[in-house]
Amino acid sequence: MKSAVIVFPGSNCDRDMAVALTKITGNKPLMVWHQETDFDTVDFIALPGGFSYGDYLRCGAMSAKSNIMKEVIRRAEDGVPIFGVCNGFQVLTETGLLPGALMRNANLSFVCKDVKMTVANNDTMFTADYAEDEEILIPVAHHDGNYFADENTLDTLEGEGQVAFRYNEDINGAQRAIAGITNKRGNILGMMPHPERMIEPALGGSDGRKLFTSVMNRLS
Amino acid sequence: MKARIHVTLKNGVLDPQGKAIEHALSNMGFGGVDEARQGKFIELELSETDKDKAHENVDAMCRKLLANTVIENYSIELE
Repeated sequence: MKSAVIVFPGSNCDRDMAVALTKITGNKPLMVWHQETDFDTVDFIALPGGFSYGDYLRCGAMSAKSNIMKEVIRRAEDGVPIFGVCNGFQVLTETGLLPGALMRNANLSFVCKDVKMTVANNDTMFTADYAEDEEILIPVAHHDGNYFADENTLDTLEGEGQVAFRYNEDINGAQRAIAGITNKRGNILGMMPHPERMIEPALGGSDGRKLFTSVMNRLS
Repeated sequence: MKARIHVTLKNGVLDPQGKAIEHALSNMGFGGVDEARQGKFIELELSETDKDKAHENVDAMCRKLLANTVIENYSIELE
């Protein structure tokens, strides 16, 4: 599987993502700078965590309008799997590729810890290797992870099986405990927790690994 | 021409920062604040001299970047 990691000024989980992709897929990802307008054909595109553009205006707002995102949006529309983690999730909502918005955590605190969450739908290309309702432990580290959408959108997300992950406890005020969602077509996943930081026992666990193997298995 | 833009959270969208401000004011002894909502103020210096065109441009700027219309409203003043 050939992959790419998009790098914005202020990204800080791009290398974690690159390590996870290299270890799991056996291929080093392309690291693509935000000012680029094109890059080689890849099977998978990751938008990493961090504080792109210093979170100016709104988290992910500036990155969503960067040169490279025009190309990422084009490829998303072609069906290429896109995976946004943390700030990457915020970028995906700001582009409109995923519905809703990520707001300041309800208790105003930066939350940084391993959290238990549940696989809410294992019938997606990103979650197929997990069991139904599997409980997994994945780290979070964010200040703006409070998922918001209007009631109709939330009902649609649940009705269409677009809620991929839910927190087991309320950590940030996210509506309906949503930790990660897919688009309707199912080729885009955005989530606040960091599965790329849980890929081997030396990191404290390997519950994040199946997310990457799910995509690999689907593509092969 | 100057454009002054206010970006505010929509009604029904929780504003934890506004809530914190409200509590702080109350703790400081300022009574009578029923609610605080926090927003953004953005000022643009425009070269456009036609007010209608300016409004159209700034409106597009708000929709495409300055506000996230999923959660925010905006208002534009030109002078």
